[in-house]
Amino acid sequence: MAEITYRDALNQALAEEMERDDSVFLLGEEVAEYDGAYKVSRGLLERFGDKRVVDTPISELGFTGLGVGAAMVGLRPVVEFMTFNFSLLALDQVINSAAKMGSMSGGQITSPMVLRGPSGAALQLGAQHSQACEAWYLHTPGLKVVTPGTPADAKGLLKAAIRDNDPVVVMESEVLYNLKGEVPEGEDFLIPLGVADLKREGGDVSIITHGQMIHVAMKAAEELEKKGIEADVLDLRSLRPLDVEAILESVSKTNRAVCLEEGWSYGGVGSQVTSILMEEAFDDLDAPVLRVTQADVPMPYNKKLEAWSKPSVGRLVEACEKVCYV
Amino acid sequence: MASIDALEKADLMGLLKQMLLYRRFEEKAGESYAIGKIGGFCHLHIGQEAVAAGCITPLRKDDYAIGTYREHTQALAKGVAPGAVMAELYGKASGASKGLGGSMHIFGADVGFMGGHGIVGGQLGLALGIAWGISYRGGDQVCVCFLGDAAVNQGAFHESMNMAAIWNLPVIYAVENNDYGMGTKFSRVSDTSMSQKSASHGVPARVVDGQNVISTYVDFSAIVEEVRQGAGPQFVDVQCYRFKGHSMSDPVSGTYRSKKEVEDKTENADPIRMLADQMIEARLISEEDLEAMDVEARDIVRKAEEFAEEAPEPDLKTLYDFVYSEITPNGRLFFDGRTI
Repeated sequence: MAEITYRDALNQALAEEMERDDSVFLLGEEVAEYDGAYKVSRGLLERFGDKRVVDTPISELGFTGLGVGAAMVGLRPVVEFMTFNFSLLALDQVINSAAKMGSMSGGQITSPMVLRGPSGAALQLGAQHSQACEAWYLHTPGLKVVTPGTPADAKGLLKAAIRDNDPVVVMESEVLYNLKGEVPEGEDFLIPLGVADLKREGGDVSIITHGQMIHVAMKAAEELEKKGIEADVLDLRSLRPLDVEAILESVSKTNRAVCLEEGWSYGGVGSQVTSILMEEAFDDLDAPVLRVTQADVPMPYNKKLEAWSKPSVGRLVEACEKVCYV
Repeated sequence: MASIDALEKADLMGLLKQMLLYRRFEEKAGESYAIGKIGGFCHLHIGQEAVAAGCITPLRKDDYAIGTYREHTQALAKGVAPGAVMAELYGKASGASKGLGGSMHIFGADVGFMGGHGIVGGQLGLALGIAWGISYRGGDQVCVCFLGDAAVNQGAFHESMNMAAIWNLPVIYAVENNDYGMGTKFSRVSDTSMSQKSASHGVPARVVDGQNVISTYVDFSAIVEEVRQGAGPQFVDVQCYRFKGHSMSDPVSGTYRSKKEVEDKTENADPIRMLADQMIEARLISEEDLEAMDVEARDIVRKAEEFAEEAPEPDLKTLYDFVYSEITPNGRLFFDGRTI
């Protein structure tokens, strides 16, 4: 198995799927001649030509609408948002068109497409460029949402998303693009949507997380181990469909859970997971479920305030200790 | 302006029959709405029948049309069965969209009717993508996208027009310019005229008399053919007038236009009366023929209504059927905890 970066894993996924299926094309800002703002699409223009790797004007609403329309007539567009912050300009087309097309047409027309790009905070990019956008999309039936946290998942989930017959939002992470990891080769390597990955097994507390936060969770688990607390780290990978069985299985073993996410707390991923635990694992719980999230503020620019706002190893360790009553 | 000589009798008869059907269909929809058979919002096309007939008749079955929420007649024009459209308004399982869409979301994928869309300007990007799909596959179809005059003030209009122009896509943006965005006169919300709206994208505006079905049909036949040959996107200002309120909740003249204005248009610019008068004057039909055609239209509508009335309600078990195109084996997709 080759060790490659998260960025190259995504690139491989795109190239392989474009090679396999000529209805797949990539469009977005700077994806072609510039090789991608984050170089995810490097070399694809040269390989597939400008009909399939398409530079768009800065018109998120318009080119996302183009993607949905193209999907309605049988193509499989991959729409790249330079960052998901900009996808908010396209929300009408994602929510009102892509997500609802199958339902409001009585199943006549579907919109198989991928909406992808980096989401979440990097470093000191300020309020408008540092937000985790999962919750915006999770809320909507008709969409699927995946958040790969490793190079292998990036490749496998993006390939599965491209092959999926419904619109799939693939949220990458700017801070993971350079992360290296082993990635299986071969066209048929897919990670099915809706399957969580138990990254670490412990028996005392379940840390339920996704995306780039899995790395925070793994560090926290090491800290906790030193203190004699063994944590399960469950990487959800896919937020809709959600691997509820894996969540319940972990919590039935640990009887304690902490949800860790990059986004805001109110109406977030952790809110949903907590609600599921209340409804379906109440008798298993030995402590209230806690959430570790970003502070409930637009991201500040100041480095110290930013670090304080983000969910951290320290906060997660503290929350895990609290549910373990130590 | 095209004269009656521009068309064969058969074409003229076809246009007249269609417009009669649209008129009677929409009148019936209005009646059914009033007695609670149709729910939600309901936007009638009465007065604008020539737009649906004139713009869509020149299309082939494999061409596409996509519309706004005022799209009952455009669905009929593209070939969705009257019974399926009426049953959709009634929310029945036999409706065009299985009762899940309603008045604003009538779809007919098999005849290239790509839906009514409820967000002003939402369909503009979709039309762009449909045209992209045609171009990507090297096809010679075209996509006609209807929009109201108010939609040109949406960012989606300029984004779509710009990209359509960059990539020379086979899309015809047909503005159903009835001069009112709901109750707001166009001149109150735009400092420039409709003919200037596409100019900055290098797409000249073409003006069509949308109350005159012969003109609309002749002009659109030419435009569709040009686009089929590769002329690229078009912007057509189809000037028309809405005889009824914006929706069923809006009185005929409302507070924003005078009764006199509406009466004047209704009396002097009725597209059906105008065509019928021309055909009678040219001795192509008699008043009796017109009456017989009207009876035929009413009969089709009566059957559509009967079909809708008798059609079954959707089964509750189908509630989740089309939210996703398939239920994937892994993980949970729905979170409402309801058992079906």
